Amino acid sequence: MLDQLTVTGLSSLLARGETSSREITQTFLQRIEQIEPLIHAFISWDAADALRQADHADKLRATGASQADKPLLGIPIALKDIIAVRGHPLTCGSRILANFVSPYDSTVAEKLKTAGAVLFGRLNLDEFAMGSSTENSAFGPTRNPWALDRVPGGSSGGAAAAVAAGECPAALGSDTGGSIRQPAAFCGVVGLKPTYGRVSRYGLVAYASSLDQIGPITATVTDAALLLEVISGYDPRDSTSVQEPVPRYLDALREDVKGIRIGLPREYMTGILHPEVRKAIVNAMTVLEQLGAHLVEVSLPHTEYAIATYYLIAPAEASSNLARYDGVRYGLRVDGPDPVAMYSATRGAGFGPEVKRRIMLGTYALSSGYYEAYYLRAQKVRTLIRQDFLRAFELVDAMLTPVSPTPPFMLGEKSGNPLDMYLSDIFTLSCNLAGICGISVPCGFTTAPRLPIGIQFLGRPFGEETILRIAYAYEQATSWHKERPIVPCVGPDISQPGIPGTKLA
Amino acid sequence: MTNERIDIQHLTHLARLSLTEDEKQVIGAQLDDILKYMDKLKELDVSNIEPTAHAVPLINVTRPDQVERSLPHQDALSNAPLQADGLFIVPRIIE
Repeated sequence: MLDQLTVTGLSSLLARGETSSREITQTFLQRIEQIEPLIHAFISWDAADALRQADHADKLRATGASQADKPLLGIPIALKDIIAVRGHPLTCGSRILANFVSPYDSTVAEKLKTAGAVLFGRLNLDEFAMGSSTENSAFGPTRNPWALDRVPGGSSGGAAAAVAAGECPAALGSDTGGSIRQPAAFCGVVGLKPTYGRVSRYGLVAYASSLDQIGPITATVTDAALLLEVISGYDPRDSTSVQEPVPRYLDALREDVKGIRIGLPREYMTGILHPEVRKAIVNAMTVLEQLGAHLVEVSLPHTEYAIATYYLIAPAEASSNLARYDGVRYGLRVDGPDPVAMYSATRGAGFGPEVKRRIMLGTYALSSGYYEAYYLRAQKVRTLIRQDFLRAFELVDAMLTPVSPTPPFMLGEKSGNPLDMYLSDIFTLSCNLAGICGISVPCGFTTAPRLPIGIQFLGRPFGEETILRIAYAYEQATSWHKERPIVPCVGPDISQPGIPGTKLA
Repeated sequence: MTNERIDIQHLTHLARLSLTEDEKQVIGAQLDDILKYMDKLKELDVSNIEPTAHAVPLINVTRPDQVERSLPHQDALSNAPLQADGLFIVPRIIE
């Protein structure tokens, strides 16, 4: 079963000549054909293009290339449909870009290609990455492979669901307030948000530029370390990328955490925590103590202000970033008698409800008379939140927290109440506001129904090695990551819930 | 409109975003709820706090002023809704 293997597992089969990139790619394409009508993790994919890339990888291997110089040689990797790949669609889950084809490669796509990866498939997301459930996609929601009536999380819900369901061995998502870590937790896979500036944002369609980061979603911590090493590094095309050497992240993985101090933020174990999530987190604490970690209580006193701060700053930046969708140079155009009427009609027809809400909220927060009371105040509170973390990191090497206060919720459960949806991001968004790094790993299941639960490790700026080491040690001591959902293959009698992705070519 | 705090009509103009009457009602009510929640930030004294625009202390990043390869003209036009003679076509701007 090639589709149940990790990147590292597939790489060793390739290295030993026991399979080819074509065979691997074909297996994943078949898996997609079988289960996509149920999951709808992809917006589109191009089988012929994927197989061409796979054949090219096989040819390179035949002429002497190997993992040593191309660490992802022949491995299919799927990207969230907000990361540019030359010649591939780039819809951002929006009607306004429904027919957009990227004329250039993002830096991460270039790096993956240089590493030998087969880039295939455009993964579903909340429109412009705005959401926590992938219900805000203009192309229909993605379903959680563990329970088809539940959301996969968001906004990188397509990426997490595809990796969990064995439709691709690994994926890249983006994380502005938890959009990699929360869906990873909801789908029982690993998701890493790197430190702000670690990975180039060139070619990542901007949502909130001071918070966005690209990161890997994988089945194991080892695969996350491998992908992070490939995509990290300074890029002159992203003025916010940082000139910081890229360590060998795979070398950071060790099976013990002896002497590592892990902080437990007092404010995070609140009453809103679902009892089964709380139990799983407490059990994980015991495992880490047995592995030699010192658990220390810390305080992040401004935690209760994080949601208000984030949901002013991110929409303000979004309202500015999304001004570019005006129907002039690309995307949808709805005609009007003058340019302003054309912009307004285009945007009114092209954006979905959540994007409209955030543009309106951001416009309000930046508008004359309200700027100081809302946007500027939020930026000042952001300073306090960041200082909380930097102070706590003087006492500890990393922190342990839940990812989401609840297990995956039902489709439609929160879509009518935006504020309720925002409140579910409480444990993930401070990480982006503070610009630090975080990883989510599986740490258990609820009993009935059986739904995945994730745990989060937060690290200092550029402290990815430490959180990878802790996550790896924890993963090796437990077996949660070995469980995969059983997704029924589509038979003639099964009704199709989602709108199936478009197969191109 | 829906309340005293938010002038929806003004906001849709600033955002260049046309909304239906229904959308104005719904979004107006939701924004009111959301902004009530945001009032929480007023509990804090931020008078001596510097704002954080983004988390990494980088200032004025520039590159040498050298001509580099950029997106070819035709590629830049490849997604245009309407184009002719290598230009984007837009509605008349000057009367």
